[in-house]
Order: sequence, then structure tokens, then C-alpha cells
Amino acid sequence: MLTKRIIPCLDIRNRRVTKGVKFQGNVDVGDPISMASAYSEGGCDELVFYDITASAERRPIDIEMVREIARAIHIPFAVGGGISSLHDMERVLLAGAEKISVNSLAVKNPEIIRAGSKAFGAQCIVLGMDPVRVEKGKCKSGYEITIRGFRERTGMDAMEWAKRAVDLGAGEIVVNSVDADGTQNGYEIELTRLISTSVQVPTVASGGAGCPEHLVKVFTEGSADAAIIAGIIHSGKYTIGEIKDVLAKANIPVRKRW
Amino acid sequence: MIAIIDYKAGNLTSVRLAFEHLGMEAEITDLPDKISAAERVVFPGVGSAGAAMENIKRLKLDKVISDVVSSGKPFLGICLGTQIIFDLSEEDGGTACLGLVPGTVKLFRPEKQSDKVPQMGWNAVNFLRPHPMLEGIESGSEFYFVHSYYPAPSREEDIIGKTDYAGVTFASIVGKNNLVATQFHPEKSGKIGLRLLENFSHWNP
Repeated sequence: MLTKRIIPCLDIRNRRVTKGVKFQGNVDVGDPISMASAYSEGGCDELVFYDITASAERRPIDIEMVREIARAIHIPFAVGGGISSLHDMERVLLAGAEKISVNSLAVKNPEIIRAGSKAFGAQCIVLGMDPVRVEKGKCKSGYEITIRGFRERTGMDAMEWAKRAVDLGAGEIVVNSVDADGTQNGYEIELTRLISTSVQVPTVASGGAGCPEHLVKVFTEGSADAAIIAGIIHSGKYTIGEIKDVLAKANIPVRKRW
Repeated sequence: MIAIIDYKAGNLTSVRLAFEHLGMEAEITDLPDKISAAERVVFPGVGSAGAAMENIKRLKLDKVISDVVSSGKPFLGICLGTQIIFDLSEEDGGTACLGLVPGTVKLFRPEKQSDKVPQMGWNAVNFLRPHPMLEGIESGSEFYFVHSYYPAPSREEDIIGKTDYAGVTFASIVGKNNLVATQFHPEKSGKIGLRLLENFSHWNP
């Protein structure tokens, strides 16, 4: 049986892992390479790295760091932030990443999804989206896409954008709820379920994990295929093994040997 | 030296890095001479069967691949590399493949919306019989998969491991003499995957 994936997210600023609430108030939590190795040894199923200052500083992604990560771990990882062209995507993949995550770039230039998918395969093009809850009158699904780290609203409906991105060739969708991000109060279940049940590609829940029971809920009620976690493990509150034990007890399939 | 065949089908960096990690010399190459001269050959790849077969023919790699397989050298297929060793793939409107192992490659057609295609993630592989490539690895261990099509060998004896997904039990490890091929990615399957690659680098079929 295919297991549900647990994916630690490392937000990188100046080569250090940081953690903030709703993209604000970032605090330093450690070195990306040693954290990646520790999480991989600890049984995470995949990792995601966001170079959160690359776009703002208008610089390309830190390729040397991607190479170091690829030498340190032998499980899949995705990289996002600072990717603005097919050339950038190619460099990240050749450095050893399994997937590229595009977010604001894809909203401004949806064709990048098609081009990336055609050039490198749908399996490595991940659409990241940051939807915020709005009145149903404003967006049909009740969720509007924001970009640039929640700073800008787009008027785009989250469900329509997800379907369009899959038609363009996205192989996976990461749904990061603006409302839940960094709160540790649980994932946005309704939003996750809405996206996961309307597309045929894997859907990853993101934002809000505070305890293992939140993952149980998003895998059952939220129909998520994978879940991103951050603060819950960066803080040392839980290990990946402890989270997986709770999931296994709730009859959710998880990878047991690593 | 281990030759990793480059036929412009996806990213081979992680395969090379996995062998490097194990202290093995591995080279990514599209040169038939280098591939013939190698001690062991890895045939990886992601992407579509149609484009892969076109590239293989254009680069004149079909002959060297079948020569290596009949020479008795250890040969490891991974993911798309595993699919195109069969006779035929359903992908791209039906693609004639290399025909090194009898069988076809079929598309997952799940009945439940919750069985996503591609299958992406870690799934258990149940071993049907012992094999030197599986030494030190427990049956039922999970490996990392990313694929929409799956191998369906004609002969049960060519199947070493099986996996359940989307209502089918498919051959996730195939083996015939000096050839072993996995539908999953050992190079991305953590320590257990590295163990399989290490076994490959010592295997003398």
C-alpha cells in the first residue's frame, strides 16, 4: 500500500533554516545540511527547501547548497524560491534535486509549468499555492490565491487554478493555507480536501501542523496524499518517529523501515 | 567502473551521487564504447517511453544495451529503464521497446479518485524469492516510486518482487540472469535503496 508522506519544510535565509509565522518574525533554527541529514536519518519521506529571500533579493537560487544537500541525503527533495526560468529549473535538477516548486512565478507565467513539464517530466514540477479564505461571492471555491509570500492577492480561485495547473502539466500540488500557516492549530482541512478531491495528481497539505493528530485529520478528512511539517519538529516538540507512531495507530499507512 | 547510460531521459545526478556515496566509481555516459567497456551497467531514466526509444535509436544505444545484457555483465534497470526492457509499452499510443524481457507495460487505471496517478511515494515491495541483489533487505521494505505505467512480465519466473497499487499487484522488481530491474528508485530510497545499489556493485551473476 502506498504510504502517506511526511515532508519537513526548511525555509532558508542566508544559508540558515528559519521559521516564522505567516512569513513574519523569522527566527534562526539551524544549518540546512545537518538538519536535512538528521530528518532523513529520523525517517522523513521527502524534504522541501524554500530559498525564501532569493526572489526578494532578485538573485538565483543557491545552487551550491542544493549540491550539498544532494550529497548529504538519498531521499527525494524539492527546491523552491528564486526559480525564474527553464534554465534555473535545469540547474536545480542537475544539482540533484528531485522536484522544483513554482508558486508566484507560475501565477505570473503559467506557461512555465507546461514548458518545465515538457522538458523535465510532470513528476518534477510541483505547483505551490498559498490560498486565503474569502467570501464565496468573491471566489467560487471560497479560497483566493495570494502570491509573493501572502503579500499580494490575485483574484484567482484556488480550485480553478489547481485544475488549470494540472492541465498545464503540474505533477503535484502543495496547498499552503495562509490562514493556518505557522499557527500550529491544524491544517486547513476543507481547503485540502477541496483541492485533493478535484485533481488526479498527489496533493500535499501545508501549514498549521502542531501535533500528530493534525496529520491524522488531514490524511483522513482532508484526503491529503502527503503533509508538510515545520515548527512541530524544528522545535523538537515531536520526532518524525513519534508522529509516524500516532499515524500508524490510527491505521494510516506510513513507511516503517528506514 | 559502473556506466550509467545517458539517453537524455531525465536527471541522472542522484544515481551518480548514490554510487559516489558508496565509494564506487560511476560515470554518466552516452558513448557505446564506454558502456561496452564498463564492468557494470545501470540503465536509469524518467520520462515517456516514446521519447526514450527515439533517443536510444538516435544515439545508437539499442545494440550496445542488448549486447551488454547478453554478455552476462551485471545490468540494473531503474524506473523508465525498467519499462523499456520489455516488448511493448502502452505509453505514447503504443511504443515498441527493447524486448529484452518478455512482457508489456501498462497504465494504472484506478477506480478510486483517491488512487492518484502517478503513484508518487514510498510503497512496500514483497520479495517472491531470495536474490543476491536483496541481501540484507527485508521483504516488505518500502522504496520510492514515481510512475504512471507498470511492468507486466509474461513469465512469472522473471518476477522477483511485487507491489500493490491502484487495484493491481504489479512486478516492482524483475530479474532474468544477469539483469535486474526495479520500477522504484533505489538511489532515492534512503539506506535500504543504497544497500540494494551496494549489492549490485558486488554482484557476480
